[in-house]
Amino acid sequence: MWRTGCARGCARGMGTTCEGTSAKRMARVGKTYGTLYGTRRGDRVSDTSISAPGAAVGRSARVALAGFASGVLPVLTVVAAILALWYAACVPMNIHGTVNLARQHGFEAMPTTRGERRDMGAFALIAANPVAIAFTWSEDKPRLPAPHQVVSELWVSTVSVAPTDKRSLVFHAWATLSATLVGFVIGTGLGILLAVGIVHNRAMDMSVMPWAIASQTIPILAIAPMVVVVLASVGLTGLLPKALISAYLSFFPVVVGMVKGLRSPDAMQLDLLKTYYASKTQTFWKLRLPASMPYLFASLKIGAAASLVGAIVGELPSGGGQGLGARLLAGSYYGQTIQIWSALFMAAIVAASVVGIIGAVERVTLRRMGMRT
Amino acid sequence: MSLTLPNRTVLLAGMALIVLGGVLDWRLGLVLAVWLGLWALNAAISESGAAWARYVVPVLFGLALILLWELAVTLFNVPLVILPAPSAIAAKIAGTTDLLWQDFVQTFVMGALSGYALGCAAAVLVAVLVDRSTFLQRGVLPVGNFMAALPIVGTAPIFVMWYGFGWQSKAAVVFTMVFFPMLVNTVAGLKEASAMQKDLMRTYAAGYWQTLIRLRLPAAMPFIFNGLKISSTLALIGAIVAEFFGSPIVGMGFRISTSVGQLALDMVWAEIAVAALAGSLFYGAVALVERWVTFWHPSQRR
Repeated sequence: MWRTGCARGCARGMGTTCEGTSAKRMARVGKTYGTLYGTRRGDRVSDTSISAPGAAVGRSARVALAGFASGVLPVLTVVAAILALWYAACVPMNIHGTVNLARQHGFEAMPTTRGERRDMGAFALIAANPVAIAFTWSEDKPRLPAPHQVVSELWVSTVSVAPTDKRSLVFHAWATLSATLVGFVIGTGLGILLAVGIVHNRAMDMSVMPWAIASQTIPILAIAPMVVVVLASVGLTGLLPKALISAYLSFFPVVVGMVKGLRSPDAMQLDLLKTYYASKTQTFWKLRLPASMPYLFASLKIGAAASLVGAIVGELPSGGGQGLGARLLAGSYYGQTIQIWSALFMAAIVAASVVGIIGAVERVTLRRMGMRT
Repeated sequence: MSLTLPNRTVLLAGMALIVLGGVLDWRLGLVLAVWLGLWALNAAISESGAAWARYVVPVLFGLALILLWELAVTLFNVPLVILPAPSAIAAKIAGTTDLLWQDFVQTFVMGALSGYALGCAAAVLVAVLVDRSTFLQRGVLPVGNFMAALPIVGTAPIFVMWYGFGWQSKAAVVFTMVFFPMLVNTVAGLKEASAMQKDLMRTYAAGYWQTLIRLRLPAAMPFIFNGLKISSTLALIGAIVAEFFGSPIVGMGFRISTSVGQLALDMVWAEIAVAALAGSLFYGAVALVERWVTFWHPSQRR
């Protein structure tokens, strides 16, 4: 092991993934890649097993569980815990509405006047009306809809309605996703081009790079409503304004990630290509670009998530238009909580699918390039 | 130190471009001339290799952009409802400092900062609790990663419905947004102390809490600060976007959405300038504290 920090890089890079932690993750991926490139494979494997977290600590009891327990079971447990908490939270959140509704329909409920009930705490009201608990999970306009209500609304609005219908969530999701994808492709393409320019031109590097980094610390999402309204005033509506917002939100992460990636080959590797008398173009295609792939995928995932948020926020000023953002806004105007939650879950599904697809492409690409086994 | 001109081909190409632009429209020619001239100056300074170039070049580039923006807007008579000139925005900022300050306090101090502090503290606490069980860790990491990639800002209408139009609903949105990135980073960071370091603590007969406070939390600090930095950006975004869904008649998000509706774009840009300044100062402050706390980490060495 001739490179310090190698063992740590391997153990971390192989063991954990943190999608949200862009910089650290990139650094880690880079370390892994550098190690693969620089040392023999045998070194890597032995490093991993020695320095894996807790490897030296005896834990024979846990080994038996290893297979199932390390994969699906813990995740299922956490998800089940969240669902249980959710159902439990529905009771105090909805109890006031449920009891009021019960009174309106002539059922017995304590206390008898509305004012008294309003002044009562949620838990006292539950204690006074234990029968009402079951009904807190099936209200029409609950403050917090129960999970099964959201799922059934999702099912109804995706499967039972034609995808071209305005009530269909597929219709709205596609309106958002198409803008996201167009913007994402534009932003990523321009970002890669600028990164290539920055790596090859000193003036560009020194002028643009500090601003590209600084742009990640400012809430550029705030200009989304303005972009939509200004473009609408010059006659551009529909998909393009949203795509533009998506483009600039994915642009900067890609620039910063790709610059890091294209610079990731170390001096020794660059020197090797120099001894081969490789031109700048050859160095780019044969060393810099392949070396940047892990960084590219890390920033693509961040960029895709940001693009989707951008498209959703871009739909807010348009009011009753199309898209998941418009659906959220309409739901909040009319107090349709179940509609808000189902739109939110649809957005989550779309985001997870896009990031998941990028992750799958990443795995295939890196495996074919021999960077990851 | 001497500045070198670009070589002849580049110079000629630039001249040709300027002349071509000037033939089409003299204003276009002027803008192109200013742009290429400043770019040549910037290129020359960055090639000179002077120590101060690192600071001067980006500042010059930013100033050049603002100058070009101003020139383009005044020369082409771009209407205010499309793009206000930087001078108009600066005038607006100078004229409405009271209003901007009120909005800043409402959105940043009350909404973003309180949610940020609560969310990050809660995430660290949960991470320390989860950390006691390997089983929970294995469950929380993928779920947290998944949640961190989701468009959580969409929960804004729900929280506005629950907690009203005031800053509390914004703090709740910010809390939810910063919680998961922070949780994932802290859980990952708590694994950072190596087995050998933990064994050393055991030979000192250190208990769980002593090991946690003396070794594992300090070792996790680079990860925790990474989470804090990511969250600092998310916090401001969350607070502003949440105001698009309903707010009292004060706040940066409120001002942006109403001014956009009135086509008062100079006000919008003024708010954006304040947001940008607040965002980068906030990030810078976190980075400064990071340098102070994790001075031992390789990334902080100079």
